[in-house]
Parts: sequence; structure tokens; C-alpha cells
Amino acid sequence: MNWLQRHIRPEQVRELSLLLLIIVAVLVFGSLIPRYYTSLTFNRIASSVVIITVVAAGQTLVVLTRSIDLSVGSIVGCTAYFAGTQLAAHHGMPPAVAVLIAVALGAFMGSLNGVLVAWGRVPPIIVTLGTLAIYRGILIDYSGAKTVTTDSLPAWLVDLPTVDVATVGGLEIRVVVAAALLVVIVFQLATSFLTVSRRLYAIGSNPEAAALIGLPTQRILFTAFVLSGALSGLAGFLFLARFGNITVEAGRGLELQSVAAVVVGGVNIFGGSGTIFGSMLGAVMIGTLEQSLFRLQISEFWRDAILGLLILLAVASDAVILNRLRLLWARTDLKLIAKSAPLPAREGEVTAP
Amino acid sequence: MTAALARLRSWEGLLLAILIVTVALNLANSPYYLGVENIVNLFQLEIEKIIVALTMTLIIINGEIDLSVASVMGLSACVMAWLFKMGVALPLALLAALGSGVLAGLFNGFWTAYVGLPSLAVTLAGLIGFRGVARILVEDRAIGNYPAWFNELGQQAFLGPLTLSIMIFLALFAVVAVVLHGSALGRLVYVMGNSLEAARYSGVRTKRVKMILFVASGVVAALAGLLYAARLGSVRGDMAQGFELDIITIVLLGGVSIFGGSGNLVGVGLSIFVILNLRNGMGLANITGNTQTSVVGALLILSVLVPNMAQLIHNRWRGRET
Repeated sequence: MNWLQRHIRPEQVRELSLLLLIIVAVLVFGSLIPRYYTSLTFNRIASSVVIITVVAAGQTLVVLTRSIDLSVGSIVGCTAYFAGTQLAAHHGMPPAVAVLIAVALGAFMGSLNGVLVAWGRVPPIIVTLGTLAIYRGILIDYSGAKTVTTDSLPAWLVDLPTVDVATVGGLEIRVVVAAALLVVIVFQLATSFLTVSRRLYAIGSNPEAAALIGLPTQRILFTAFVLSGALSGLAGFLFLARFGNITVEAGRGLELQSVAAVVVGGVNIFGGSGTIFGSMLGAVMIGTLEQSLFRLQISEFWRDAILGLLILLAVASDAVILNRLRLLWARTDLKLIAKSAPLPAREGEVTAP
Repeated sequence: MTAALARLRSWEGLLLAILIVTVALNLANSPYYLGVENIVNLFQLEIEKIIVALTMTLIIINGEIDLSVASVMGLSACVMAWLFKMGVALPLALLAALGSGVLAGLFNGFWTAYVGLPSLAVTLAGLIGFRGVARILVEDRAIGNYPAWFNELGQQAFLGPLTLSIMIFLALFAVVAVVLHGSALGRLVYVMGNSLEAARYSGVRTKRVKMILFVASGVVAALAGLLYAARLGSVRGDMAQGFELDIITIVLLGGVSIFGGSGNLVGVGLSIFVILNLRNGMGLANITGNTQTSVVGALLILSVLVPNMAQLIHNRWRGRET
């Protein structure tokens, strides 16, 4: 037990239990659905999870700082539509440029959120509630309610969702899935090891303290929103690749889905704790349930009710179980300190910290 | 200078200025603007949202949020439609629908107040879950063919030119005003919004207050859902979807702090007028619904940004003087 406690933090217990829950869910569905353990199932779940995973990664960065970004759905819609019209007009455009256009536009839209939150001192929920409406409105006006259609897009983009990057034991790993995984890995490593990104946690845990020790809180907040916008831009490109037909409604509702993934993934909605990897697990859990319930033919109408219950359970277990775990960990730490510490200092004596 | 700034910083002053400008512009556009008929129409347009905004004001001042209201509106309408389709008498079905609102409120209140989970997460689960239950009940049908009296409730003038919905709104506005600004419960709502800890240590029964607010929010949302169903004459699973953001926008534009503890019903009342007039005026000027939504969104941001910036400039200016 002590060994376990020294190597695993309570938050990681949370993620491990989510992983276990996903495995249990897969086993249960596997026993209920014939031909469940096929690459088809894997592909369906993976490609349905990709977009939400990328958006949730950006959302996590923002939520860590005790903010929220409700404009992500509108950003996905705008970037998907804009990249789509550009590609339809210039078929010879290199793929990298198309991705860059989407990411840059997303980052620009995110930077507007960031400026208003960091320097305008407008609460994030107000800013992004506003830009949720504004960006969607701009998209509808700009598009004139016209649709980007699949046959107007270059062939490489239409084929992109079915291109494999590697085959692992019969499982085909799609390019888009690999891209999402790469995003998760890069941001997970960055948020774990870079000083800059540890500051996200510092701001989220205690904004006043972070400001008092001299952290550039405004710049960090701004960066979080820019990154969230940029990742939403990338998700917009993936959205375009997956669906091809982009209406002005594209991406609507992603804001709440990404918050759901983040919350199920164990990120504290009040900032300061949680990981990108956790959010991905949250997205995978939701995606697995959605796709499997669909296969079970339990009428899709049950899906939302079950999803709501799942979110509630995730949050409740977070509050009740995680606090117990933290207490347990803290108690063992105290015991260890008591064992190894020298005799307590006498009253009035100054000890080195 | 300072007095002018103070007035500008006062939210109600700002809203009143915006309101006067929009009404003046609208009057210039159409001489019939201030006619009774147009004003009734103005209210009818978004009546369900502004009814729910009243209880949302209480919740947000209390330092919580209820994202599930639009789903509760849908749920109550679907419960009513489902029971009606099964042959239950309509008045009973209406009561049961209100009951579903009570249950939804109890659910939100239990997890928020008694278990202590963040209301943002609980009501997000409610937003998805209650909508799910509504979908289970009506699936992808549209249930209509209600008795004539039910449809008339939604549209027919009831007392003078006023419809039932408008009368309910006015009555509820009065009730919320008295509760918030004239009762002990109202003071507790503010105190808890300012500091939940302080309230608890002063012996306030914080859990009970929260529970009351969430149940009130549930019932009022259920009622609004039924009024919406009566106005439309038909019920579908996705009814009122997405209304929560509009409702919260109305409240926040009214100067209620998202962090709780401050704001008042005068501001929210003005904000309702501003939004209704803006939308109506833009509609008369042939501006599409989506641009209208954008303008309201921009207004929401500006209404916080402008006072903030005024404060900042004011501080700089004073700093240079001394």
C-alpha cells in the first residue's frame, strides 16, 4: 500500500479507475453485441472520438486555469467552413497549408477571447457565451447559408478519414486518429514537464497567490485561450475531413460535449487539477457508450439519459472518493514524515525550513 | 467627471441609456412602435425565456447556475404530451408535467446542496439527462391535437390585451421582486452568494435555501415549457433546445455577477426590455435572427467590458493627478 501511494497520486487513481471502467464497459458490450471485437468497432469509436478529443484537449487547458471556453463549437464551425471554401476554390492547395489556415483562424478567434478575459477582465463564461453567438452569427452571414459540399472538395481530403498510418495486430490506425493521439501526447507531456504549463495549474489552484508570486497571469490566461482556439481550429479541419458537407450548423453543441468529456475525465471544473490524458479518457468513455448503445439498438433515445447519469456519477465519485483518497495519501505522508523527522524543535528555536 | 463615471459604472444607468437609444431608433423607424399591440407582441416573442430568467436571477445571485432549464422545459412539455397521448385527461397531464419540474429541481438541488457537487457540473448532467428522458418519452414524434382551450391559453388575449403567459410573467416578476428585495430569504440568497462559508458559519440553513431555489427553478422552467407547448400547439423532443444560453445572457446582461452576491431585479427587468426591443427593432429593420443573436452577444461582452475599461482609465487618470 505504501509503495502504491508513493508511486501513484490520487488523481492518477482517478484516471486508472476511468480506464478500468472503459474496459469493463467494453467487456460488457462485447458480451452483448455479436462481432463486437472487430476493427470496425474500433474504427467507429476512434473516428467518432477524434474531434471531441482535440477540442477537449484545448478545453482542458482553459478549465485548468479556472476558466471555461464555450465558444469552441462555433470556432469549429467557422474554421471547418472557411477551410472548406478555401479548399473548394483552390484545389491545388497543399494539405499543410489547409491545416494551417484552419489552425491560424482558430487561434485568432481564441486570441479575441483571451484578450477580453485577460486584459478586459470580463469573466470567461460571459466572454465565451458572447463569442459563441458572435462567431456563429458571423459564420451564417459570411456563408449566406450556403453549404460546403463533399464533391467540391479535393479528393485527398475526402479520402483522408479512411487513410491508415499503421496496422497494429489487425487494428488499422487512421491518420486522423494518430493526429489526435499526437496532440494528446504532446500536450500531456507539455503540461506535465514544462514550467510554463505548470503555471496553468498554479493559476487555477489559487489565482491570487499566482499573481502575488509574480506569475504573468494575464499572459498565461491569454495563451490558454489561444491554444484552445487553435486546437478547435484543428478540430474544425478534422470535422471538414470527416463530414465533407459543412452547413452553418457545423460543430454546434461541441462546447457542452467538450465540457462533458473534460468533467468525466476528472478535470476539476474549478481549475487546478486534471490532465489532458484524463480528458481523452473522458471523450473515449463517452464515445464508447454512444457507439455501443447505437449498436445494441437500445433506441438511441436512451443515449442522452445514460450520458447525463454518467457525467453525474463521474463528478460525484470525483468529489466523494477522490477526497477520501487525498486524505488517505496525506495521512500516510504525515506518518512517513513523523517517522523520518528529527526531534521536534524546542519552543522559540528557529529551525531551517 | 467622477459623478458621470459613477453613473456610467452603474449598470442600470448603462442599460437605461441603451434602452432609450433603441426605443428612440425604433420609434423613428415605425410610428406604431409604442402601440399596445406591438408591445404585447414584443413580449410574446420570447416570453418563455424571460419567465425562466426570473428564477435564474435568484440562482445566479445565490452563486450557482442552472444549465438544465431548457431541458426541463422540454421534459415537462414531453411528459404532458406523452400522458395526453396515452389518454390521460389534459389537466392531470399538466399537473404531472409540473411535477416533473419539481423532481428535476429536487434532483439538481440534492446533488448541489446536499452532496456538495458544483452546480455547473450537476446541471450540465441534467441538461443532457433530462433531455434524454424527454426523448425517451416522445422519441421522434411530434405530438399535437390538443383541445382548443389549451392552444388558446398560449395565444388568446386573456385580460385586456394581455395573454396568460404575460400575466404569469408579471405576477412572477412581482413575486421574485418581493422575495429577493423584501424578504429574509432574499437576504440569504445574497449572503450565500457573497460567501457560502460565512453564511454557513452564521447558522444559515444553506442547504435548504439552495434546495428551494433549485426546485423553484425547476417548477418555473416546467411551467414555461408548458406555455411554450401551448403557444406552438405541438410538442417535440428537441423543444426549447439551447434556450439556456439565451436565458443566462439575459440575466448576466442585467448586471448580475456570475460569481454571485450582486445584481438586482431592476437590472434584469431593464435587460429584458433591452433585449426584446433590440430584437424587435432589428427585426423591423430586416436584420436576420442570427445577426440579432450576434448583436446580443456583443452587447453582453461590452456591458462588462465598458465599465471595466472606464474604471481602469479612471484609475490611471487619478494616479497621474496625485
